[in-house]
Amino acid sequence: MAKNTESIFTNPILRWIDDRFPLSSLIKDHATEYYASKNFNIWYLFGVLSMVVLVIMLLTGFFLTMNYKPSTEDAFNSVEYIMRSVENGWLIRYMHSTGASFFFIVIYLHMFRAMLYGSYKKPRELIWVLGMLLYFCLMAEAFFGYLLPWGNMSYWAGQVIVNLFGYIPFIGESLTEWIRGDYFISDITLNRFFAFHVIFLPLSIIGLVAAHILALHHVGSNNPDGVEIKEHLDENDKPIDGVAFHPFHTSKDLVGITVFLIFYFAAVFFAPEMGGYFLEVDNFEPADPLKTPEHIVPSWYFTPYYAILRAVPNAALGALFLVLAVLLFVFLPWLDKCEVKSIRYRGWQYKFALALFSISFVALGYLGLQPATGIYVALARFFTITYFAFFLLMPFYTKLEKTKTVPERVVYEKKES
Amino acid sequence: MEKNINRRKFLSIATSVTSAVGGIFAVGAFVSSLQPSKKAKALGASIKVNLSKLEPGSIIKVIYRGKPIWVLRRTEQMINELDNENSNLRDPESDLSIQPDFAKNQFRSKNPEYFVVEGVCTHLGCAPIEKFAIAPADMGPDWKGGFYCPCHGSKFDLSGRVYAGVPAPSNLRVPAHQFVDGTTLLVGENS
Repeated sequence: MAKNTESIFTNPILRWIDDRFPLSSLIKDHATEYYASKNFNIWYLFGVLSMVVLVIMLLTGFFLTMNYKPSTEDAFNSVEYIMRSVENGWLIRYMHSTGASFFFIVIYLHMFRAMLYGSYKKPRELIWVLGMLLYFCLMAEAFFGYLLPWGNMSYWAGQVIVNLFGYIPFIGESLTEWIRGDYFISDITLNRFFAFHVIFLPLSIIGLVAAHILALHHVGSNNPDGVEIKEHLDENDKPIDGVAFHPFHTSKDLVGITVFLIFYFAAVFFAPEMGGYFLEVDNFEPADPLKTPEHIVPSWYFTPYYAILRAVPNAALGALFLVLAVLLFVFLPWLDKCEVKSIRYRGWQYKFALALFSISFVALGYLGLQPATGIYVALARFFTITYFAFFLLMPFYTKLEKTKTVPERVVYEKKES
Repeated sequence: MEKNINRRKFLSIATSVTSAVGGIFAVGAFVSSLQPSKKAKALGASIKVNLSKLEPGSIIKVIYRGKPIWVLRRTEQMINELDNENSNLRDPESDLSIQPDFAKNQFRSKNPEYFVVEGVCTHLGCAPIEKFAIAPADMGPDWKGGFYCPCHGSKFDLSGRVYAGVPAPSNLRVPAHQFVDGTTLLVGENS
């Protein structure tokens, strides 16, 4: 890109840097000359919000490691020490634990945005796949992090999840021993989960975020109309329907970030336990291998999958369904056969399917928190079927869709309906 | 010129193969470092349990390899109850379950009086709780005493045999064990 090598600076120090490092062209390519559609709506905030949460998590996590000790002897007490004795330790820890839940809130809304406006479709399949890898890393990160306080729920949730691997035929038993590094969830396990949580996964996540954004900036952002703004350029070869990411989208994002932080800190200061959903009551007791909590439930962000696991009567099949439920998202770009991206111009079939899927996901999330008895199991089975039907029937119902005409360019005025 | 290209091809292949072999060995070393260490294996060796103070109808729990091992000393009544056939069990003969050969009977033990079992639900590893009372309010009128897993509702009888229609796929696992003398149990090794 020859046009982008010109320096944007007049300051001699920045000029000096520019001669030795591509600072100007990085800023131009990814901010001041990266064009994104003018008609972004509120759904387009959640990408930048997940970056904000990532930074909060990295920063608070870094400070937590200064006082946390990853051993079964010390872990629980070191967390209590952070809460009671370290200056502002409670704030740093609550920002981290509340941040975990908010991370999933913004990621789920970010994923839902992609499903609303077809952001996973050609040419953005790889952005979606990278995003799904990020989601998997985030789930692993949350799982490993959940064991670290060494509370009783940490211990038993870890037990349940590690034992899921035991259902893999033939190698299951030795695989679980390999994961734990012991015959049970022990000091060795806690220490290695800590290593995954603070080194391996954060580095993977940062790398994947970079790839996710590079891929996005290579093909360009989608928009609520699902039209390619690159197809209509002005005399300077800039998209007519786009504005520069900086300062236009960034200044709008700052408003969104401020509103988000109000909600986030309201939770941190006034409801860090969120009635047992962000921090479970059982986790205020140290881990006890002889005492199972009355109801073992994972954190709320895993409960849809947990409900699926419990809905299947056979344990090995239940584990398989759980894995499939997570993996199927990756194939969305190829399961969806409809050419039209945005839900605004799609047929009733997809609108109905997406609505049913959203209801199923939320309902399964609720059912995963309830005991596995009677009506709850029956409902979980029903919603497990609708959950899978959304993906597995997608190649059929998306072919039947009668779509509306997609406009050539982005539409600004509110449509009369 | 031709000779040079062949020479380069040979060198590229030889270099790739050599580094691939080295790479595989390196990965192997790191992967195997995650296995249970020598210390973890040593700590996982067998343990002795003294049963001289165990009353009939009571249970003691010890830890072996981080898992709770239960030793239940059954009463006459419990033994009689297990002699009656229970048609609600998924695997009454323990064909699909794990236990030493001498424990493949309705008591799942050599001596019906002493029942040694891992207190780990075969579903997802929770610890079932004792429900020894017959037909209590929370377990229903058909309950003959046994164990109940609070996580996902699996039920087991007094021999750790799983009921049909619950998530646990098989009976509770009976670990390798033997009696050294009348009241000393060794967990971890069969005789």
